[in-house]
Amino acid sequence: MMKSGSNLEKILRAGHFAFTGELGPPRGAHAEEVRKKAAHLKGRVDAVNITDNQTAVVRMASWAASLILIQEGIEPNYQMVCRDRNRLAMQADILGAAALGIRNMLCLSGDHCLFGDHPTAKGVFDLDSIQLIRMVKQLRDEGKFQSGADVDGRPAIFIGAASNPFADPFEWRVQRLAKKVEAGVDFIQTQCIYNMAKFREFIRLANEEGLTEKVFILAGITPMKSLGMAKYMKTKVPGMDVPDEIISRLQGVPRDKQAEEGIRIALEQIAELKEMKGVHGVHLMAIEWEHRVPEIAERAGMLPRPVVG
Amino acid sequence: MIVAKRKPFDEILRMIESHRKVLVAGCGTCVAVCLAGGEKEVAVLAAEIDMARRLKHEPIELGQTTLERQCDREYLAQLDGRAEAYEAIVSLACGVGIQFLAERFPKIPVYPGVDTCGLAVNQDVGWYEERCRSCGRCVLDRTAGICPVTLCAKGLYNGPCGGTNRGSCEIDPEQPCAWYAIHERLKGQGRLDCIRAITPAQEWRDTVPRTLIQPGYRKPEKAKA
Amino acid sequence: MRLSYPANVKIVLVPCTGKVDVMHLLKAIQMGADGVYCVGCLEGACHYNQGNLRCRERVERVREILQEVGLEPDRVRMYNLSSGEAPTFVAYAREMTELIRRLGPNPLKNSQPAIRVEEAA
Ligand code: SF4
Repeated sequence: MMKSGSNLEKILRAGHFAFTGELGPPRGAHAEEVRKKAAHLKGRVDAVNITDNQTAVVRMASWAASLILIQEGIEPNYQMVCRDRNRLAMQADILGAAALGIRNMLCLSGDHCLFGDHPTAKGVFDLDSIQLIRMVKQLRDEGKFQSGADVDGRPAIFIGAASNPFADPFEWRVQRLAKKVEAGVDFIQTQCIYNMAKFREFIRLANEEGLTEKVFILAGITPMKSLGMAKYMKTKVPGMDVPDEIISRLQGVPRDKQAEEGIRIALEQIAELKEMKGVHGVHLMAIEWEHRVPEIAERAGMLPRPVVG
Repeated sequence: MIVAKRKPFDEILRMIESHRKVLVAGCGTCVAVCLAGGEKEVAVLAAEIDMARRLKHEPIELGQTTLERQCDREYLAQLDGRAEAYEAIVSLACGVGIQFLAERFPKIPVYPGVDTCGLAVNQDVGWYEERCRSCGRCVLDRTAGICPVTLCAKGLYNGPCGGTNRGSCEIDPEQPCAWYAIHERLKGQGRLDCIRAITPAQEWRDTVPRTLIQPGYRKPEKAKA
Repeated sequence: MRLSYPANVKIVLVPCTGKVDVMHLLKAIQMGADGVYCVGCLEGACHYNQGNLRCRERVERVREILQEVGLEPDRVRMYNLSSGEAPTFVAYAREMTELIRRLGPNPLKNSQPAIRVEEAA
C-alpha cells in the first residue's frame, strides 16, 4: 500500500533497484550552489538526500534546500537529526515539509555537536532516532501528534532511517534494525560500506529475521577519491570499517589513478549489491563529488532511471 | 555525591573587586570530600585573595568559615548576626548550598566560588566521574545499572548510535560508549530482552523547578527566622 | 666533611614530603617568605611510595597560584636527592638562594593579611 506516493516509494514498490544520491547544502544563503550541485544529479537518481547540518556544521536548512530541489524537478529525501530540535520543532517542520511537497524523510540521531563548528552548543536529543521514526509514523498513520492530540491533515511521508552495520556491537546491529522496523520505518539507507564480507553477514542475518521483507534496504556507497581519504575514513571516522585490502588497492595505483580505482571499487560493489537478496537499492554518497555522479550512474548500469506512473 | 570544581581565580577576583570585606564560606560535606570547597580550600582561596589584593595595593579584609552543610537551615543559622558584618560572601558550596545561603542573607551579594559539575563517584584521590543527571525517571532497571542519560553523549534511550567505535563513544576514544557497556553487561546477565523493546519518548520531569515531599511529610512551614 | 649551606635558609623538617600541603607553602609566601622549596627523596625512591610525587603536584599547584595572584612561580620549587647526598643538598640551597636573590624580596613582606576565622557557633 502506497504511503506517501513519493517517486522513491513508487520505484521500490514496483520492484526496481533504487538509486539515491546525496547533496550537502551550502554554508550560506546562495540557492545557486544547491541548483548547481543538483543539476548533476537530475535524472540520474530517484531521490536526493539533503543533509541536515551534517557533521554538526551549520548549513542552509535541509527543508529549504529540499524545496529548491523540488523547484528543480528533483525529489528530495529530507534528512532530520535529533540533535538540533525538540519534538515541537520537529513536528512543525514535518508538517511544513509535507505541506510544501516533501515526501521522503530520513530520521537520524545526528553527530555530536563536539564535531562541528559550534562545539559548545547544547545538543537537544529530546527524542532519539527510533522515537522520531515512531512519531512520524504516528503523525502519518494515526493522525496523532506525539502527545496524542489529533492532527488535521496528515503528512504523507515515506519514512527512512539509517543503519550502520559496522558499529559495535555487531550482533546488536540487526536487533537495532529490528527496532527501527518496529518503530515504523519504510526504508533504510546504510552507512558507507567498504567491508563487503561484514555487510553480507549483516544482510544474511536481516534476511533470516525476515526484516528485509518489511523494510527496503539501500546500501550506502561512497567512492574513495584518494588514498588519503581512505586512510582518514579508516582511522578518524567513528563507526567506519575500511578493510586493509581497500587501502592496498589504492596504494597499488599511481596517485592520479586513485580516484578511478576508487570508482572501480564502488562499481564492483554496486554490481554485487544488485544481486544480493535483501538489498533493494544503492544510496550513493558522493560527498563534494556530485559532478562525478552521472559517470558513476552510467558505468554502474543505473541509467536510465525507471519512471513509475 | 555532588562534585564541583573551583572557579578560575580571575573570575572570583573580578566578582569581588568592588568589595573590601568578604567572607569565604565553605561547606563540610560533598564539596569538602571532592576537594573543592572544604576547610582546606577555603583557606587556600582566602590566602590567594589576600595576596592578590595586597599585591594590587587594594587590601581586603577577609573572613573564613566552613559550615557543616550549606543546604541545611540549622547550619546556615550559625552565621546569623555575623554574616552581616561582610559586604559580600563567596560560597564554595555546591549550587544548592550557594542559593540557600543567598536566600538566608538576601541583603548580601553571594558569589559562587565553584562550578557545580554533577553527581559523581570517586574513582581515585581527586578524580571523580559523573554518573547521574537526576532526571527524575530512573531507567537503570533495564539499562544494566548504567545511566544512558548521563553516560551516553547524546542521552539516547534506544542506543547505541552508529558512532560506537570498538566500545568507545564517537566523541572520544577515551570515553566508553554507554550503550556498548549496557549491551555487554545485559548480555552477560542474559537480559538483552530489556533493551529489545522500544523505549518511548521521555516524559521529561526536570524542565520545571522540582519540589520533593516524601510521603508522610507535609511541606515544611515557611522558614521562621 | 663539613659543608655549610647559606644561613638564610630555614629548615622545617617533615617526616615525608608527602606531608607538605599547599597551604604550608602558600602560608609561608603569604606571610612574607621570599621563597620556599621542598627537598624530597629521589622519584621512585619514596619510602611511602608516592609521597614525593604528591609533593611535586602540590608544589606545581602553588606555583600556579603564585602566577595567578601576581608573584613569580619560581619562589616555590621542588628538589629531589637521596639521603646521603650532602653536597647536592648544599648545591640546591645555593641555587635556590641565588634564584631568590635575583627575584628580589617578596613584596608581601611590607603588609599583613587581615583574615579572621569565623568559627562555627
Ligand atoms: S557512541 Fe555510544 S555513548 Fe556515544 S553517543 Fe553513540 S550511543 Fe551514546
